[in-house]
Amino acid sequence: MPVQHSDYMLSQLDILEAESIHVMREVAAEFERPVLLFSGGKDSVVMLALAAKAFWPARIPFPVMHVDTGHNFPEVLEFRDRRVAELGVRLVVASVQESIDAGKVAEETGRRASRNRLQTVTLLDAIADNRFDAVFGGARRDEEKARAKERVFSFRDEFGQWDPKNQRPELWNLYNARIRSGEHIRVFPLSNWTELDIWHYIGRESLELPSIYFAHKRMVFERDGILLADSPYVTRGDDEPLFEASVRYRTVGDMTCTGAVESTAATIEQVVDEIAVTRITERGQTRADDRTSEAAMEDRKREGYF
Amino acid sequence: MAPDQGLSTQQASPAATAGRPQQSSDKPVDLLRFATAGSVDDGKSTLIGRLLYDSKAIFEDQLAAVERTSKARGEDYTNLALLTDGLRAEREQGITIDVAYRYFATPRRKFIIADTPGHVQYTRNMVTGASTADLAVVLVDARNGLTEQSRRHAFLATLLRVPHLVLAVNKMDLVGYESAAFEQIMEEFTAFATKLEIGDLTFIPISALHGDNVVQRSASMPWYEGPSLLHHLEHVHIASDRNLIDARFPVQYVIRPHQATDPSLHDYRGYAGQVAGGVLKPGDEVLHLPSGLATTIERIDTADGPVAEAFPPMSVTLLLADDLDISRGDMICRPHNQPAAAQDIEAMVCWMTDARPLAAGSRLIVKHTTRNVKAIVRDLQYRLDVNTLHRDESATSLGLNEIGRVTLRLTQPVFCDPYTRNRMTGGLILVDAATNATVGAAMITEAG
Repeated sequence: MPVQHSDYMLSQLDILEAESIHVMREVAAEFERPVLLFSGGKDSVVMLALAAKAFWPARIPFPVMHVDTGHNFPEVLEFRDRRVAELGVRLVVASVQESIDAGKVAEETGRRASRNRLQTVTLLDAIADNRFDAVFGGARRDEEKARAKERVFSFRDEFGQWDPKNQRPELWNLYNARIRSGEHIRVFPLSNWTELDIWHYIGRESLELPSIYFAHKRMVFERDGILLADSPYVTRGDDEPLFEASVRYRTVGDMTCTGAVESTAATIEQVVDEIAVTRITERGQTRADDRTSEAAMEDRKREGYF
Repeated sequence: MAPDQGLSTQQASPAATAGRPQQSSDKPVDLLRFATAGSVDDGKSTLIGRLLYDSKAIFEDQLAAVERTSKARGEDYTNLALLTDGLRAEREQGITIDVAYRYFATPRRKFIIADTPGHVQYTRNMVTGASTADLAVVLVDARNGLTEQSRRHAFLATLLRVPHLVLAVNKMDLVGYESAAFEQIMEEFTAFATKLEIGDLTFIPISALHGDNVVQRSASMPWYEGPSLLHHLEHVHIASDRNLIDARFPVQYVIRPHQATDPSLHDYRGYAGQVAGGVLKPGDEVLHLPSGLATTIERIDTADGPVAEAFPPMSVTLLLADDLDISRGDMICRPHNQPAAAQDIEAMVCWMTDARPLAAGSRLIVKHTTRNVKAIVRDLQYRLDVNTLHRDESATSLGLNEIGRVTLRLTQPVFCDPYTRNRMTGGLILVDAATNATVGAAMITEAG
């Protein structure tokens, strides 16, 4: 907390930071086997940085888990391994490929094949296999309207399901951490952060991000108004020609459904300037998975998606 | 036409083309949380839609989705109320189920709105939304005057000690922008307010539909000389709302690095937590509860280095001069300013479940600050009618959404203050040990 004021007021970023740290310490104190989901995306980068602060000078007292669809941006995997090594935390990789090989899920086929939805099964299996009882996710309430109603401590039953009509009331800074064996809590310490807050914080704290968040040249093609990267994991139609563009990513997910935006922003300041004037939400602009229907996110969340 | 009609986006601000407001990262932007209370008929969703829209917090794809849904439902206007309906059942049934949180920012402040639904489970949701609010906006329909519901909303805001209350008299366009209706409501409410302890009360005449006095001052009501709602939200003074007098530090987590690599950390023992009251400084003499032993703050750590002062809501780590046996759930305070260490508590309870009622003999788990203890309800003294404030002393139970005064007996003491003195050390939640559901919230009135 660098700035302090004579009237004992904190800036909003300092308040958000203090509250997120409170949430993380609460989880470490009340649960036996927490885990932090780390995708290498900007939100999980901030979440990991907050975890490092919350327990400093001790190490983060729980492992991080990556749900690996096998369709990763190579830059993100490299970044993931480096950050984990720097912080000295244990990495658990939950592999969608292994779920497919074990016959637990069937690979989608065709042009729009994606492993996005399959991740839920892999995630829930990994939670059960490792007996994780609290799972930190980087979701924010400003991202999507089903998320606007989600609690910071979001209860999941033994099937990993979210019941939006039956959520636990959350008052003051008091979080109900009680669960039965087999159930778990999804914890969202960034609930009250907005996309712009995340970027301001990354700038203020000089946090490193995977390089794909900044403008770079890439071969892309257009599908439903979204720019998708050329990769071995997507089947491109004849009507979807490749072209080179200067792009950056606003979110990081599976290569098959995460779109890029055309941009020349090469620094955090330039990205913040672009985001501040953008008129389209990050999920609407870059996530094919949310465009399926108006309730796409709600449906996936009910099943146990992040 | 639906009672809570959408606003015309044609006439609205330049929002649709201009960018969102920028926050400059060098000038600190502070944070205001507010709760909105009012039923669908009062135009609450329209007001929130207006604030989000005019402050450019709504994106084009969100607006397009709302336009599509409006059209599909056969509405002849863009129903911005749909922006706040997050779940499928809500959109299909045209109702709001749960508290939703909305975000917008101006160059001065970031705002978090706790948007609470107007009908089903209203009390439970409003109590939840108000618990963290700096300010509550209670909407009143200018045509209907003060209703039982407006009184209930104002009462709940004061019960939860929301420091600032705004009575927004909406639909002024439907009373010809005349001052008479506004003044009538102001007079009635002022009379009612004498029964409540309201810290700061502001009346604003608005039309959410047309945007009068929401973001811009209205040209249609020259008789009103006060600020627009957004101007008030941006400027209301919240610095002195926290308790900066009674030092309270609930110990949340003990930090003991175990790495053998750094010998300097070998003896590190830090007490991490979020400051719940007062200002703590290195060198301060402090007292540990429950032991009652005194020691001194040696240093206040954060990951960004030591700080000279810690105050609410900072999350910090205290290093103490003496090696005391301190663990989670303990409290650090000042020797001459201690909270009560109470096993018997009087509190106002809001009951939040229909699974079972609260009654004398009910066994519960209390979570207070960082402490979890078992509790039994000794007595229900009265049930409060939130509309009339009448106390029913013959009541023997509290059902869902009912409020009453209870006596609790705890298996172990909690270190607490009256809720009116400190919301962080005076509030607690009640958990059902069998189902693990959060079934109630309580505001401590007396502790012994």
